[in-house]
Parts: sequence; C-alpha cells; structure tokens
Amino acid sequence: MTNLIEIKGVRHAYQTDAGPLPVLDGLEISVPEGGFVAVVGPSGCGKSTLTRLIAGLMKPDHGEVWLHGERVKGPRSTVGMAFQNPVLLEWRTILKNVLLPLEIVPSKLSKKQAEERARFLLSLVGLEGFEDKRPSELSGGMRQRASLCRALIHQPEVLILDEPFGALDAFTREDLWQTMHKVKEREPFTGVLITHDLRESIFLADQVVVLSGRPARTQYVLDIPSSGPRTLDDLYTPEAAEQLNILRHQIQIAQGRAAPEDISG
Amino acid sequence: MTAQKYLRNIGVPLLAMAIFLVFWEWLVWYNGWPKFKMAAPSDLLPAYQRHWNLFITMGWQTLWRTVLGLLLAVLFGTLLGMIMGFSRVMRDALYPLLVGFNAIPKATVVPIVALMFVGQHDFNTVLLAFMISFFPIAVSVSIGLSTLEPEYRDILRSLGASQATIFWKIALPKTLPEFFGALKVAVTLAFIGTNLMEIVSPHGRGLGALFDSGRTNSDFPLMFAVLIALAFLGIVLYYIVVALEKIFAGWAERSPG
Repeated sequence: MTNLIEIKGVRHAYQTDAGPLPVLDGLEISVPEGGFVAVVGPSGCGKSTLTRLIAGLMKPDHGEVWLHGERVKGPRSTVGMAFQNPVLLEWRTILKNVLLPLEIVPSKLSKKQAEERARFLLSLVGLEGFEDKRPSELSGGMRQRASLCRALIHQPEVLILDEPFGALDAFTREDLWQTMHKVKEREPFTGVLITHDLRESIFLADQVVVLSGRPARTQYVLDIPSSGPRTLDDLYTPEAAEQLNILRHQIQIAQGRAAPEDISG
Repeated sequence: MTAQKYLRNIGVPLLAMAIFLVFWEWLVWYNGWPKFKMAAPSDLLPAYQRHWNLFITMGWQTLWRTVLGLLLAVLFGTLLGMIMGFSRVMRDALYPLLVGFNAIPKATVVPIVALMFVGQHDFNTVLLAFMISFFPIAVSVSIGLSTLEPEYRDILRSLGASQATIFWKIALPKTLPEFFGALKVAVTLAFIGTNLMEIVSPHGRGLGALFDSGRTNSDFPLMFAVLIALAFLGIVLYYIVVALEKIFAGWAERSPG
C-alpha cells in the first residue's frame, strides 16, 4: 500500500425519522504520504461525515477506510483535528491548550520537551508571547492558529482540517494560508482539508477532490502541479484562473446547475 | 489604582446599605409608624443588645443546617444533573418528575416532614434546605453537559480518550460557570428552606424560632432584627460562593469593554 490514506467505495446513510438518508455513495479518495488533499463540494454533501470517518469517530455502512496500511476501526491517536470552531478550552492557557493531546496520547517526550515543542509550534504560527494568555484574550485568527498547534503537537500522521478558516475574514484567512505552507515546510504532514473556498483549495492542496451533491461520490479530481511553497501571487496566474474555472464548473455540476456534457467549456 | 479599586468595591456597597438604612429610618419617622407596624433601624440595636447571645447561638444553628443542606443539594444535584446530562432517556424520564416536585410549595411539605420525622428537628431542617435547593443545581449541570458542542468531544475522542477523561478534562470544567450561577440561587433558597422549618415546626431552633418567639411576645423590633440577621447571613454565604467562583471559574469572567 503506497497511500497513507485510502478511502475505497465508502457508502453511508444516516438513520432519520423519515428513513435512511444517504450522505456518501461511492467515495474514492487516496492521499500519498506527505500529500495534501482538499475536498470541495456543495453544502450538506457529507464533507464533515468524511472527516469523522477518517478520524475513526464513526464507521461507514459499506466500504473501507485505511490509514497507513491499517483498516480504521475506531479512534486513533495518530490523527490531529482542527475544526471551524477552534474549540479551545477557555480555562486553560494557550500553552496548556496546545499540550492537551499529549495528556491523552502516550508520548515519548518528557514534560520539558513537550513544552519546548509546544512553544516551537506556537512561534511557527506567529503566536510567540501568547503562551500564557487565555483563549478569550485572542482574536479569532489567533485562536485558529493555536488550534492548529494543538492538532500538530503529537506529531500525527494525518491532519484533518474541517473548514478551519471558514469563519475568518478574508485577510486573516490569506494570512493563515501562508502560515499553513510555512508549517508544512517545517512540520511535514499528510493532510485532508475540507473547504468551501476554491481559492483556498488550489492554494493549499496538491490535489482537489470535488464531491457531487448528496449522496456524495467522488465526481472529479484535479491535480495541482506545484513546486514548493506558494505565494499569494500564484493565485493570480493564468494557470490558477484555469484551475478555478474548472473547479467552479464542477461545483455547478454537483449542484445540478450545469449539465455534465458541457464540461469542455 | 488598586486602593481606588478596593474603595470602590467595598465602599460603594457599604454606602448603598447606609443610604438604605437612613431611608428606612426616615420612612418610619416621617409616617409616624408605631413599632408594631414597622420598626426603625434605631429600634433594632436594643434588640441585638438584649439578645446578642441568642442571635449568636441561633444564628449558628441556622447557618450550619443551611450549609449542610446546601452541600447535600450540591452532591445530589450534580449527580442528578450528570445522569440527565448524559442520557437523553433519563432526561425525558426525570424532567417532569423534577418540575412537578419543584412546583410543590415547600411550606406544604413542612407539616408532612415534621410528622414523618417527629422530633428530628435538625434532620428535618437540613432536609428542607436540601429539598428546596437541589433543583437549580441539577438543571444547570444537566444543561451544561447536554449543550457541550460535539467538537469538544471529538477533539479528545479522536485521540482515543475515554468518556471519563472527556468528563474530567472538558465537560466538568466547562459546566462550572453554569454550576456557580445555580449555586448562587440555591444559597438563598436553602435559607428559605431552613427558616420555613424553624418557624413552622413547634419547639424549633435557629433564627426562625427566634423570629417566632418575637411574634408570640409581640416584640416587633426583635422580629425585624431577625430579618436583618438573616439577610446578613445570606450575604455572607453568597459572597463565599462568589469567592469560590472566582477561584474555580474565574476564567469565564471577561473584563468589561
């Protein structure tokens, strides 16, 4: 098995009062080690269900999820998660928040080493000097940075990001995109990013997966050729415009607003 | 700066109390009310002087029974709140029962309890303080636990944390602000419970009994003096809870502006 994350033929339905509600139907995603895949799709198409499947928080009705050559059957400590809501614990300092996963996951790091690592991560995302502040004293963007550090502290094999920048303003978001590239350079990870933002997807990921409307299947896969960290200028090249154009069209198909035939346009 | 803050935090409430007492005194004097209609603050001092030893012993009895009832309410209310917060079925099952129980005026429970446990005055008083004050605690804990955002759970659960770990590390501390909010309500309620028992049951003890003896002897200043003593105890207990809240849930307080 060469891929770190392998999702094969996953189907899933939620049981509701009105009968089963299928959310995923024929999902195929594979992410090589060190790869970063963005998943885009219409609202309510089951993207968050996907993150819960990879994290082992739930099991699919059909199909398989593999992580590092092992079938996912339950939660695994080799996963780091960050959500749109940074869910920091208000009663802890930022440093103690970042250290939280190490209180659960068995770690080889001593207390001192763990703290050093937390401080290093915080400085990497630009939160140096905020270690002893409470989350309520930080802005939304800063809280999201701290949440990112918490997701990385235990050196997870897989980083799952569920619309982490969705609630931020445009400038803060672009700031965090660049931070993500900086982090990936120093702390390589394999990542899955759920997003609504097509520019975000082509800026951060090296592969964009478009899901169809509910029930979601893999509708389209776009590879983003890249050479090292990107800058915001890369978003304003003809190549980027073309990629966005393709993705926008695919989303319209997924929403049922465009016919699959005129895909050439 | 800090001296100024102290002055404001202590001086302002004291000033408000002084203004209240002056207004009370003026109201009685202006209307020419006799003592049996309304005693003035200046009438209370002799009452305290005459019965100060009674106030101390009775006040202590009221205080310890209230605090004991409150502690039991905290234990039982938290346990009940946990059960209702974690299990939807239990919440659906227990809520109507609880609401119904809470809707019963506790004054009607007093004679029943007094008959059930004849002569057990201490026990009865603690029981009533407990019965009247556990409800807000149970409700707040259950709401705090059941409204925990799923992401908080997921953060720890995705790392393989057990339910117990999630409870101790996240659910419990996150519920503390709600818990202390309810405790502030419960403190004053517990006092009501204690005094209800002390006043109504024959041969009672505590400040409630002192109030009752003032009533039978037509010693109106004594009755008012008891009320003020009760208010004083209530304020003391309330601020003890506030101090505990500052220690354990101070993080929830945001600096204004």
